[in-house]
Amino acid sequence: MIPLILYILIFATAFFVVTRIQGASASDYTSLKTVTFGDESAVRPNRAAGVISVLTLFLLWGMFTGSALIPRFLHAPAPFEGQTSFTYSAEANGERDDATVTFIVHPRAEDPDPVEVEPGDGFAKNDTATVAQWRSALVRVDSNDDITKSDGAVVVAINGEPIKRGGTVEVDGGEVTLSDKGTPNFVPSKGWQMQPLYLPSPETVWSRTLKIAKEGFRDFSLWEHLGYSLFRVVVGFFFGALIGIPLGYAMGLSNWFRGWFDPIVEFMRPVPPLALIPLVIIWFGIGESGKIILLFLAALWIMAIAARSGVSGVNISKVHAAYSLGASKWQLMRHVIIPNSLPEIFTGARVAMGVCWGTVVAAELVAASQGAGMMIMTAAKFQNTDIVIMGIILIGVIGFGIDMLMRYAERLLVPWKGKA
Amino acid sequence: MTGLSIDNLSMRFELPNGGAVQALENVSLDLKEGELLSVLGPSGCGKTTLLNIVAGFLAPTGGKLMLNGKQITGPDAERGMVFQQGALFEWMSVRDNVSFGPRMAGKPASDYNSEVDNLLDIVGLQDFKEKMVYELSGGMQQRVALARCLANEPDVILMDEPLGALDALTREKMQSLVLKLWKETGKTIILITHSVEEALLLGERLIVMAPRPGRIHTEYQLPFAELGVGADLREVKKHPEFNPRREEILSMIWDMEEEIMGRTETGS
Repeated sequence: MIPLILYILIFATAFFVVTRIQGASASDYTSLKTVTFGDESAVRPNRAAGVISVLTLFLLWGMFTGSALIPRFLHAPAPFEGQTSFTYSAEANGERDDATVTFIVHPRAEDPDPVEVEPGDGFAKNDTATVAQWRSALVRVDSNDDITKSDGAVVVAINGEPIKRGGTVEVDGGEVTLSDKGTPNFVPSKGWQMQPLYLPSPETVWSRTLKIAKEGFRDFSLWEHLGYSLFRVVVGFFFGALIGIPLGYAMGLSNWFRGWFDPIVEFMRPVPPLALIPLVIIWFGIGESGKIILLFLAALWIMAIAARSGVSGVNISKVHAAYSLGASKWQLMRHVIIPNSLPEIFTGARVAMGVCWGTVVAAELVAASQGAGMMIMTAAKFQNTDIVIMGIILIGVIGFGIDMLMRYAERLLVPWKGKA
Repeated sequence: MTGLSIDNLSMRFELPNGGAVQALENVSLDLKEGELLSVLGPSGCGKTTLLNIVAGFLAPTGGKLMLNGKQITGPDAERGMVFQQGALFEWMSVRDNVSFGPRMAGKPASDYNSEVDNLLDIVGLQDFKEKMVYELSGGMQQRVALARCLANEPDVILMDEPLGALDALTREKMQSLVLKLWKETGKTIILITHSVEEALLLGERLIVMAPRPGRIHTEYQLPFAELGVGADLREVKKHPEFNPRREEILSMIWDMEEEIMGRTETGS
């Protein structure tokens, strides 16, 4: 909740500051338009907003994980760490005695010994214990006392404040709650930061990335994991396109093919490839072939439909013109139908690559011994959240890279797209 | 026997809702080699259907269609077609578009290169031959379409409103170009148009078609095309016969349109 409010605040503040500073600095044609609300072509991404947006994400990430990358005063309140103590008052047989409980609150990765304390006077003796951050500890204060709970000793106050069972008292570095059975439970204050278990700091993720890049993960190097995923996508997509494109052409050119394959394609199109994973595993096992067949199926229908609409999208005048110029059917195919359908096929290929990339990660989540999806799933089982986040970022970067590459190839190979 | 002979052509097809359309009925027409025919008519009179049948894209349901003594059964390089727009191949340069016909026929480049250059000269696109067609303006694209059709050396050129999408000035220039090409190449040309002026200017012969069923209504022999070759077309329009002819044909077509709309004349 607090990060969200902060995010909205930064969003609004940045908006007012940036628009005030930038003013009407642009002087091109679009900047002269008075009707911009509703004119999509007049909406251009604000570069400053983009930069601030990304920086804000990292800032919030750093703030709420206590990152060393940002100055300390920007950190959200950290969880308590160090030594603290509180006193409890016990009553037994009409007598009352105080004793101190000393706590070491330590990061979860460490395991220090409790400090040594003197037992002190009276029937209640001083106690000492340790507790990890974000955890809590029940202290059986009576266990070393002269009169224990079973002898009738009752904790009646913490730091002098009277307390009943179920009640809570604030103490230095946290709070103490008296359990239903009368045992004090110390909860060190959590602060506002996220536990590393849920969200590690950016530098942890980065150093973990470097470590995995150097040492690998689960018998395979990082590049092998990513490479396996990419390899599956490329091979699956290749075969999907190899079968799907001719199938789409046939459906666009022949009544019989259209009639025969329409029900199959139209049925398979809305089936999410992820829903096929169980069946593919039953049929082909969890090995390489199963995954490639899954990706093949994911790409097949998309490519077939793209090729089909590429054929149906050809202006009939072009076909008539080609025939009138003496082209044969094969020449029409080679010189008109195929080039004319390339823009559609490229659009389909971009979609198919995206779907395949998503599907391969999901398939690897289910079962694999290497791959990006397997990496994050295994890491999650061992609560290595930093590896999970690293994996998600790498998967995103690669997915983005694939899309960029396809767009680049499209511009290079189909320069006439959208110009007809 | 040379020339195009259309004999008693009919075309009737059924509609999905059970009705039937008589698109053409008993259309007969003989076209000598080198004749320039323009076809006018209200929408739905079957003029595009007629052109598509001559091109071989549609099969008639009755009648006979002969070119140079051979029956027309499908599209062929002997009948070239120029479309209104969108028929150029965007993935090819201007030169590749124009040389498409000879290339498909498997001719070596040395055979057609000089002719392609010559045609690009005639249509004024010599400097644009390496450009992609999508880089050209609409008028230039239509000139490419004309050159592409001519490069294939057809016996008959069929034009389906080739200038319909152009602005008025470009259109006038293109009309002169069509006349020039007609005279220089001596091709038989059938031109479909919506513009009465264009039909008058570009028609040695002109037929007006009537709808429901599509048929030839009136035929004219006109002097304007011959006068317009190499001349200023605006001068041709000042010819004393031009305006009366235009008015006559316009009111003829107007009457047909009103008939289609089911209106009754409220005569005085």
